[in-house]
Amino acid sequence: MEETANNIQAEELKPPITSVGVIGWIKGNLFNGWFNSVITIAILYFLWKIVPSFIRWAFIDSLWISTGAQCHEAGGACWSIIPANIRFILFGFFPYESQWRPLVAMILLVGLLFYSQNRNHWKKPLAYAWIIGLFIMGLLMKGGLFGLAPVESSQWGGLPLTLLLSVFGLTAAYPLGVVLALGRQSRLPAIKTVSIVYIELIRGVPLITLLFMSSVVFPLFLPEGVTINVILRAQVAIIMFTAAYIAEVVRGGLQGMSKGQYEAAESMGLNYYLTMRLVILPQALKIVIPPTVSILISAFKDTSLVVIIALYDLLKTTQSVLSNPEWMGFSIEAYIFIAILYFLGCFSMSNYSRKLEKDLSAGEHNK
Amino acid sequence: MNKELSKKTEKLTSDNAMIEITDMHKWFDDFHVLQGINLTVKKKERIVICGPSGSGKSTLIRCINRLEEHQKGRIIVDGIELTNNIKNIEKIRAEVGMVFQHFNLFPHLTIIENLTLGPIWVRKVSKSEAEELAMFNLEKVQIAEQAKKYPGQLSGGQQQRVAIARSLCMNPKIMLFDEPTSALDPEMIKEVLDAMIELAQEGMTMIVVSHEMGFAKSVAHKVLFMDFGQIVEENTPEEFFEHPQNERTKLFLSQILH
Repeated sequence: MEETANNIQAEELKPPITSVGVIGWIKGNLFNGWFNSVITIAILYFLWKIVPSFIRWAFIDSLWISTGAQCHEAGGACWSIIPANIRFILFGFFPYESQWRPLVAMILLVGLLFYSQNRNHWKKPLAYAWIIGLFIMGLLMKGGLFGLAPVESSQWGGLPLTLLLSVFGLTAAYPLGVVLALGRQSRLPAIKTVSIVYIELIRGVPLITLLFMSSVVFPLFLPEGVTINVILRAQVAIIMFTAAYIAEVVRGGLQGMSKGQYEAAESMGLNYYLTMRLVILPQALKIVIPPTVSILISAFKDTSLVVIIALYDLLKTTQSVLSNPEWMGFSIEAYIFIAILYFLGCFSMSNYSRKLEKDLSAGEHNK
Repeated sequence: MNKELSKKTEKLTSDNAMIEITDMHKWFDDFHVLQGINLTVKKKERIVICGPSGSGKSTLIRCINRLEEHQKGRIIVDGIELTNNIKNIEKIRAEVGMVFQHFNLFPHLTIIENLTLGPIWVRKVSKSEAEELAMFNLEKVQIAEQAKKYPGQLSGGQQQRVAIARSLCMNPKIMLFDEPTSALDPEMIKEVLDAMIELAQEGMTMIVVSHEMGFAKSVAHKVLFMDFGQIVEENTPEEFFEHPQNERTKLFLSQILH
């Protein structure tokens, strides 16, 4: 086809094959320049060494349902450790025949959490659903009514215990952290001092020491004969710990707020509480969603530290299975399994936070 | 800006002064930012305050709604004295609306939510009434079609008009403007000044800190010149611009009227 200066019609030229599509991407990202090319080749070599033997170990030579003895004879991964011990790993010492109860309780909890993800559902019926749901969960776990055999909380363990400690821990820690952050900004010296002391003391010690103190030291201060449930003590320790970190992150968000927002709210006649609730906190909390979610994800994983006070959470039940001679030596498979469970939990939180941020940025168009 | 508002023949209701400031002083630590301010603003009066930066003009109007605290002297707004008494401060703030240089809209709320916030939570008005009032004021500043948008989606001039409408939703008796057009691109200044003129025609008591001299000439009853924390000159616009008395006023006018 002819091309003249005024003639817009021209033969459609396609870009050269090596600059678009998959080949183009590979060329542009993996092999652009000698340094990247060397790294790409090194990684490919590394993968070639590792991946085939991993696949052989994990999928080809592996046993999925077998006895421990058969596993020891075979050379591949012994995934059978999971199905064989699943009920202990997941439920700990909860009485065998009643294990449908924590299962139902967990499904109920996860179901409610998933439903609550959508902020459009946050209406009165949902609040009632949660109250009823919590009551049912407590009933299922504790028993004693409606013909359900009572189960002491010392027998609660495994995944339900991990979920219990995390969900209630994080849900309570967040508002407490916000209150502490506001307290730290307060102009009243008493409130400010209490907040600072709390935050610095709690942040200064590892969670393990708090758990240890809650379990060993705290009971010494109680009057004779008064005991407080071990799980409750662990729960409080986790809440207090997480709240201190959330407080500092929220404080960072508050510091990022422009003075003009406070002034506009004040000149409209909004008092402190309304200014915080309607104007400042919605903006400040939104800005710090990423670090807040990091803290919550860490706290979720930190629940595994309750092994130190002899609570059989998911990690400890797994470790107990490994100390059984029949299944000894297959720790990799066991830990991979609970790693997947923890990953599912953390990834859901992380995913949700991204979705939440996106939803809340509806009105932001940079000018 | 050819609307000549009837100021000379207008009878200002002078039975009650809206704002009375007597011998007011303010210090920022050691810096004497406001020195012996005496000012009376009558109902329906419109004052423009001009002056170089650092002269204290913004600080002066911010003292009126207690965004800044004065250390000496008295400020009386609509018969209520401005002290540390929270109740008085809240009462005064309900009567005084403020428009800021940087708009200060709430970015996480839509326009209409920005406007209904005050009425719903401070005046305890129902949501539907608040929305009616909001739409009424949005129409007054000619921006009703943007009601469902977020501030970040509007231009500066539109945001400032929303800010004016937001203040109006609290039914104030006095409106304070702190350099309302200084942060705007030139082509948007007119739309905001037009909205302010509309307010003036309805008889609002206004104190405007601004460098828009055209606006001052056509709208203001009095023009004040402030320098180094003092009111150096106070006069009607005609006298102020034609026959400035003070040397500093003359210098300032020569600098800005070019």
